[in-house]
Amino acid sequence: MKRFLGFVKKEFLHIFRDYRTLFILFGIPVAQILIFGYAVSTDIKNAGVAFLDLSKDEVTQKLTDKIISSGFFKKTETLLNYNDIDMVFKKGKTKAVIVFEEDFGKKLINQGKASLSIIADGSEPNTATLITNYTTAIVNDFTMDLAGPVSNNSLRINPEVKMRYNPALKSHFMFVPGVITLILILICALMTSVTITREKEFGTMEVLLVSPLRPIQIILGKVMPYFILSFINVLLILALSWLVFGLPVKGSLILLLAECMLYILMSLTLGILISTVSSNMQQAIFISLVGLMLPTILLSGFIFPIENMPKIYDYVSSILPPRYFIVIIKNIMIKGTGLMYIWKETLILIVMTLIFIGLSVRNFKIRLE
Amino acid sequence: MIKAIESSGIAKSFGPTKALDDITFSVNESEIFGFIGPDGAGKTTLFRIITTLLLPDKGNMKVLGMDATSDYKELRKNIGYMPGRFSLYQDLSVEENLNFYATVFGTTVKENYDLISDIYSHIEPFRKRLAGKLSGGMKQKLALSCALIHKPRLLVLDEPTTGVDAVSRSEFWDMLSKLHQHNITIIVSTPYMDEAIRCDRVALIQNGKILSVDTPQNIRAGFSRKLFTVKSVEKYKLIKTLRKNPEVLTAYPFGDSIHVTLINDASDNFLLGYLVSEGISDAVIQEAKAGIEDRFLELMEKGIKA
Repeated sequence: MKRFLGFVKKEFLHIFRDYRTLFILFGIPVAQILIFGYAVSTDIKNAGVAFLDLSKDEVTQKLTDKIISSGFFKKTETLLNYNDIDMVFKKGKTKAVIVFEEDFGKKLINQGKASLSIIADGSEPNTATLITNYTTAIVNDFTMDLAGPVSNNSLRINPEVKMRYNPALKSHFMFVPGVITLILILICALMTSVTITREKEFGTMEVLLVSPLRPIQIILGKVMPYFILSFINVLLILALSWLVFGLPVKGSLILLLAECMLYILMSLTLGILISTVSSNMQQAIFISLVGLMLPTILLSGFIFPIENMPKIYDYVSSILPPRYFIVIIKNIMIKGTGLMYIWKETLILIVMTLIFIGLSVRNFKIRLE
Repeated sequence: MIKAIESSGIAKSFGPTKALDDITFSVNESEIFGFIGPDGAGKTTLFRIITTLLLPDKGNMKVLGMDATSDYKELRKNIGYMPGRFSLYQDLSVEENLNFYATVFGTTVKENYDLISDIYSHIEPFRKRLAGKLSGGMKQKLALSCALIHKPRLLVLDEPTTGVDAVSRSEFWDMLSKLHQHNITIIVSTPYMDEAIRCDRVALIQNGKILSVDTPQNIRAGFSRKLFTVKSVEKYKLIKTLRKNPEVLTAYPFGDSIHVTLINDASDNFLLGYLVSEGISDAVIQEAKAGIEDRFLELMEKGIKA
């Protein structure tokens, strides 16, 4: 036991001596949360919109005001003819142009029908879709107001949409759990795999092997400090997302932390497994970054829904631990569900952890190659 | 008397390369046993087999009476190993390195301080300094202290003096001699022939084979020919001229002179005349006593011919 504690103490010394390690451990998570939370936002706010009003009457003026005052859009320019549309897109600030046809107001009142076009910049498909959806919603709202209770001569079904759990559709709700998932697996796996391969590279592993330390002691000694530090990291990220984005934890905090511990442990054992198959630090870093980061971002359901992927990606993603953890953490944080609904995913993570531990201890070489 | 190491017929290959071939030798208890040979001779591989870090393909290795393959757990408690690259944690201080190795081996610095005090006292003033910032000689002393801290019965030193200055090298051998009193068997490898004389016995090793095992004195005495040293200002021309002559068996540069053996052990008078006729008039020829390196080169030559 004393040997083991001596080993753990040495690991802590390594971590605290190396500013880069400390930065990766604590700087990157904070930066990621802030970057993903603020910059990579999928909401629209003040999107540039230009207007081409060929009618210029009371109705178009009202509708224009309503669109601008919604807070989602900002008027960039008023155009005079169709030829200007291309030019205004090329300038780049305008994401969509709204065109009212001639005699818009008259037609609407006399014929009960008038047309407007929304021309969006398709080079940014996400923004374009969002803008057209928002504008359509505003226009629908406007026509209903205009028609008022008078127009009960025609049947109409009026769907009222409500977003459960995230009524304002804030993207932090999606990103914070995703970032926790990504950061934990990346840092835990990267750090442990690098620290073990470093011993190999500097030749200190040779002496550790000749020492009476058992493989399990070396492995646990490497895992322990990072387990503690990663757990502190989770607390830090949760506190940050609560303070900065006001993201609450709806479910049980204790359950959430317990699941995080499980996930951290899984990532750490994965890191050890990586270190047993790589012979130097570069290889370990490469496997951790390329093998874990990209699949986690692209295939775990973090950004792109798995349901929409071709079946083959679905199969690939089913071996990725982050896929299950994302379900768990979203359920607890946002929906507030209990263990009853996530026991399957939890069980999968436990099994994965056990497999990784088994493989690492088996692969850990008690001799040099 | 139990032997500290008994090796019989050890062979080890890495792919097509034969690193060790039929290595058989034994080391007595509490002797300093040296392995002398050039880089790539197989010294490190042999040491890794002795320290249970590698498994031999063939043969039997008994260390401290234990089998290096099956009893590796028990054996590892009794070995102090200093690999070729000093395995110190560069980002830990001198003191932290020593404390770490002490706890890992289940002891404390205090407990065995008398064993390392001679060595450690040299670096103790720098005990707060990071190991990565030490000079080569100090790193070597720290690595030796770390290897000794658990009072091993066998100390394995792989090229401990490589990359260390001449003064530190000689100091280092003085320390090893002192360790003798503590009943520790030491095996040490080195590419430097001049260090062989500090060992009780040496094994000359080349291309994975042991050429000879004996005391340094006997190895020198084994030299079978008359040896001459030849000196001249124009050393390069001298060696070329000497090698041209069919009577000359070998001519190797040694420091500022050239060691020469002749095929029929002919007298040196002939040599002087030959050199003068080739335009080297300042040559000084003396008969000399062979060193270990001379014997090593002779054995190598024979090995190649055989």
